[in-house]
Amino acid sequence: MRFIKRVLAASLITAISGLNAVAAERDVKDWSAIEKAASGQTVYFNAWGGSENINAYLEWVGAEMQSRYGVTVLQVKLEDTASAVAKVIAEKAAGKNEGGSVDLIWINGENFVSMKQQDLLLTPGWATALPNWQYVDVENQPTILTDFTEPTDGLESPWGGAKMVFFYDSARTDSASLPDNAVQLLDWAKKHPGRFSYPAPPDFIGSSFLKQVLSEVIDDPSKLAKPVDEKTFERDVEPLFAYLDQLHPVAWRQGKAFPQNYPDMKQKLADGELDIIFAFNPAEASAGIKAGELPNTVRSFTFSHGTLGNTHFVAIPYNANAKEGALLTANFLISPEAQLRKQDPTYWGDPTVLAMGKLPEEDRAAFAALDLGVATLAPDQLGPVIAEPHASWMERIEVEWRRRYASGN
Amino acid sequence: MTTVFPRAAVALTLGFLLLPITFGLLGTLLPAFGYLPALGGFELGLGPFRDLFATPGLVAAAALSVATGLAASLISVGITLVFVASYAGTPTLSRLQHLLSPLLAVPHAAAAFGFAFLIAPSGFLIRLVAPVFGIDRPPDVLIPHDPMGLAMIAGLVIKETPFLFLVTLAALPQVDLVAARRLAASFGYGRIAGFVYLLWPALYRQIRFAVYAVIAYSSSVVDVALILGPNLPGTLATRLVQWMNDPDLSARFLASAGAVLQLGVTLVALISWFVLERLASSALKTVRDKGWRLVADRFVRRVSILLVGLIGTIVFAGLAILAIWSLAGLWQFPDILPQSFTLRSWMNAWPRIGDPLVTTLLTGLASALLAILLTIGCLERELQTGRSVDEKALLMLYLPLIVPQITFVFGLQLLFIGSRSEHRLTALVLVHLVFVLPYVFLSLADPWRSLDRRYETIATALGRSRLSVLISIRLPMLIRPILTAMAVGFAVSVGQYLPTVLIGEGRLSTITTEAVALASGNNRRVIGVYALLQTILPFLAFALAALIPAALHRNRREMKV
Repeated sequence: MRFIKRVLAASLITAISGLNAVAAERDVKDWSAIEKAASGQTVYFNAWGGSENINAYLEWVGAEMQSRYGVTVLQVKLEDTASAVAKVIAEKAAGKNEGGSVDLIWINGENFVSMKQQDLLLTPGWATALPNWQYVDVENQPTILTDFTEPTDGLESPWGGAKMVFFYDSARTDSASLPDNAVQLLDWAKKHPGRFSYPAPPDFIGSSFLKQVLSEVIDDPSKLAKPVDEKTFERDVEPLFAYLDQLHPVAWRQGKAFPQNYPDMKQKLADGELDIIFAFNPAEASAGIKAGELPNTVRSFTFSHGTLGNTHFVAIPYNANAKEGALLTANFLISPEAQLRKQDPTYWGDPTVLAMGKLPEEDRAAFAALDLGVATLAPDQLGPVIAEPHASWMERIEVEWRRRYASGN
Repeated sequence: MTTVFPRAAVALTLGFLLLPITFGLLGTLLPAFGYLPALGGFELGLGPFRDLFATPGLVAAAALSVATGLAASLISVGITLVFVASYAGTPTLSRLQHLLSPLLAVPHAAAAFGFAFLIAPSGFLIRLVAPVFGIDRPPDVLIPHDPMGLAMIAGLVIKETPFLFLVTLAALPQVDLVAARRLAASFGYGRIAGFVYLLWPALYRQIRFAVYAVIAYSSSVVDVALILGPNLPGTLATRLVQWMNDPDLSARFLASAGAVLQLGVTLVALISWFVLERLASSALKTVRDKGWRLVADRFVRRVSILLVGLIGTIVFAGLAILAIWSLAGLWQFPDILPQSFTLRSWMNAWPRIGDPLVTTLLTGLASALLAILLTIGCLERELQTGRSVDEKALLMLYLPLIVPQITFVFGLQLLFIGSRSEHRLTALVLVHLVFVLPYVFLSLADPWRSLDRRYETIATALGRSRLSVLISIRLPMLIRPILTAMAVGFAVSVGQYLPTVLIGEGRLSTITTEAVALASGNNRRVIGVYALLQTILPFLAFALAALIPAALHRNRREMKV
C-alpha cells in the first residue's frame, strides 16, 4: 500500500516538474564558457561532515578552486546525505526551481537512484563531458558507470572508490583465527561473544554489511542484480535473517544496541569493546593510527571470495544555484592532482577512480610513490569485488531489519 | 515617544511570540492531514495518520517519550523541592547557588556528552576502578542507550534540576521564609515538613510554568535523546527527525503526522502531570491536617544535598573529561589518562570554526538585543499602566517553551522556503527570538519590578521626562540584571539546535549545529573540542555580564555586589 502511494507521489512529482522544467541552457563541451560563468560563484557542497580529515580535504579543495577559478566552495556538513536530498525535495515542493540551496552533493546508491527517478538531478548527463573524464578508469571499475546497478548516465561524476575491508588489533587477536567469509565470521563471533557488531542500518556501513552477508548466503546471487521480486523476497532474504538471528545473541550488547557508524566502531576497537570491525575505505585503519585514534598494531584483512565494493560520486541538483561552479568543482575533483592528494593517507586515503595507465608519466610516478600506511593492504591484496545489489534490495532489507530488530517488539 | 515605544513593544512581543507558533503549527498540521500540493497532496484525509500508526514500534516510542519526560521532570522537581525545603535561608543554599548557576550555561548536548563519557562501559568511572577489580576490557553492558531510558533520564535531570533550582530561588523572595520557618519550628515541625506545608503551595504556583516547560522539553528533546537515549526504538522525537531526513517523499507526510502526535505526547505528559499535581495536593492536605511533624528528616536532607552536589560534580567532571579528550592522543582502555597529549584536534578544528562562530555570535547578540529592547518596552508599559503580567500573559511567554519545538519549527521551515526569502540570517534571528524572548523577560522582570521607584519619583519631581528618567536613572541602575538577562538570552540562542538546522538549512551553521553534525562521526576528540566551544561562549557572556557592571560601578560603592 505504502509502496503504491510512493509510486503515485513520485509520478505526480514527475508530472509537476515536467510543466516547469528548466531548460538546460549550458553546453558542457564549451568548457571555457563554463569557466567564465563560474568565476565569482559560490558552490554549496553538501557532503557528510562526520570526518575531520575529509572536511580538511574539502577545505583544501575550496582554497584551490578559489585561487584557480575564483570559485568559492563551501562544505555544508551533513549528518546524512538523505537530508540534502530532502532539502531539494522541499525546494521542489515549494516551487523553488531555480537558485536552490544545494549545488553539489556527495552521493551514491539509493540516494542517487531516488534523485534520478524523481528528476531532481541536472540533465542531460554531463559527467562524461568533463575534461578530466579522459583519466577515469571506466574499463576496470565497472561501478563507475553503474551505481548500485543503476546506470549513472553521466548524471553523477565519480569521486572515489570504496571496498569493504576488515580491521583487527594484532596485539589482541591472532591473525590465524580470522574468518575468511561471512559464515566463518559467525563462527568466530560465537567463539568470541560480544566482540563483533555492525552499525544499525540505515547507516551505510551497516547496510553494506547486510548486503555482504546477503550476497554470500542467498541461493542465487544473480537475483541481486535485478530489482526485488516481491513474490520471492521473503524467501530470498530468509538466509540473511537466519544468519542475523544467530549473530545477535553473540554480538556486542547481545544485539540490543548497535554501534552508530564506522567512527564509533573505530573507537570501540581502540577501547577493546570490539575485536573485528570493518570499513568501506581500505586506508581507514592507517589513517586512524596516524591520528592517534588506533594503536599501531591494527591490521587489515578481506575475504578471499570477495567483499562489497562501489564508487562514490558527486551530483548536481536540477535547481542548483551555481551550476557552472559545481561542474568546475566536479572536474577538479577528478584531476590527477586532487585524486593524488585524496589517496594520500596523510590527508584522507580514499582510493582513486583514475586509471594509472591513462595518466601522464609524472602523475603515475607520484601515485606509485604514495606511502599507503602500515595497516593498508596493497591494491592487489584487496581481493575480488562483489558488486552492489540493485538499490531496491537495500531499501527493502533496511525496512525488514527495522521491523524485526528495531521496533521494540 | 514615551508611550509609543512601550506600546509598540508589547504588540511586537506578542507578535514575535505567537505568530511563529501559529503559522508553524498550521504548516505542520496541513501536511499531517495530507495537504501539501507540491508533493501531490491535494485532499484532506487521515492517510498520513493511518501510515503513522502502522509504523512498527510507534506506541513503544511514544510511551517512551512520555515516560522519560515525566520521570526526568518528577525527579528534578523532587530534588529541587527537598533541597530548597531543607536549606532555604541557610548559607549552604547560597554556596550551592554559586555552584549550580554556571550549570545553566552548559548546553544540553555538551552536558550529555560529558555524562556519556563518564558512565559508558569504556568511560572514565570504569577506568578509575579498573585496576582495583582487574578489568582489562570494557564490560559488555548496555549503557548509555539502555532500553529503559535511564541514562537519558539522568542526563536530563542533571540539566533540569539546576534550572528548576534557580527558578525556585528567584521566586523565594515572594514568600515570607523567615516567619514561616519560625512558626513551623515553634510548633515542632521538621524543616522539610514545615516548608512544604506553609510555603510550597504558594511557591509552586510561581514556578509551575517552568515545570511545564521542563516536561514539554524532556518529552520532545532530540539531542539528549540521540546521545543518551535508547535507539532501538528511539523516542518519538528522534524518529521524527529521521523521517524528516528520509529521501522517500511520503515520509514528509508521515513526519508531519508524527509531529502532531508529538504534540499529543507532550499533552499526555502534561495532563498526567496535572493529575499528579492534584494527587500530591490532596496527599499534602491529608498529611498536613493530620498534623504530622516529620521531625526526623535529617537523613532526607543529607541525601538531597548529596544529590545536588553530585549533579554539580557530574556536569563539571563531564566537562573536564571532554577537555581531556579534546587534547588526547592515543587513549586506550583502561588507561586513566591518554598516553600522549596533542593539540591536533584543536588545530584541525581551528580554521573551520570561523564562519560558524560568526553566525553564532551574530545570531546570539542580535536576538538577545532585540529581546532585551522588547522586554524593557513591555516592562516599562507595565509600570505606566500599573498592570503587571497576569497568568494569561505569563502563559503566553511560556508558550514557546511548552509547545514542542519540533511540532512548529518544521512548519516554519516550509513557510520560509515557500516565501523564497533570501534573508536567511534575519529569519534565523527571528526564530531564535521566539525562544530567547521568554527567558530574557523572565530573567529581567523581577529585578525591574523590585527597583525602588522613589528614585524615579524624585527625578520626575525635578522635571525630567519619563524617557529621560528611564535612560538616566532606571537603566543604569539595572545595568547588571539587564546584562545578565542578555547573557541568558545569548546562552539560549547558542544552544538552539533544531531551529538552526531547519532554518539555517546548512547555509548557516552555528557551533551547536557543527557539534551535533560532527558528533555523528562519534569521534570523542572532536566532540570534546566542539562541546567545550559550545560551553565557553555562554560562559564568556556571563563573565562579561558580571565584569562590565563591575567596571562601570568601580566608583559607586553602593552598586557593588
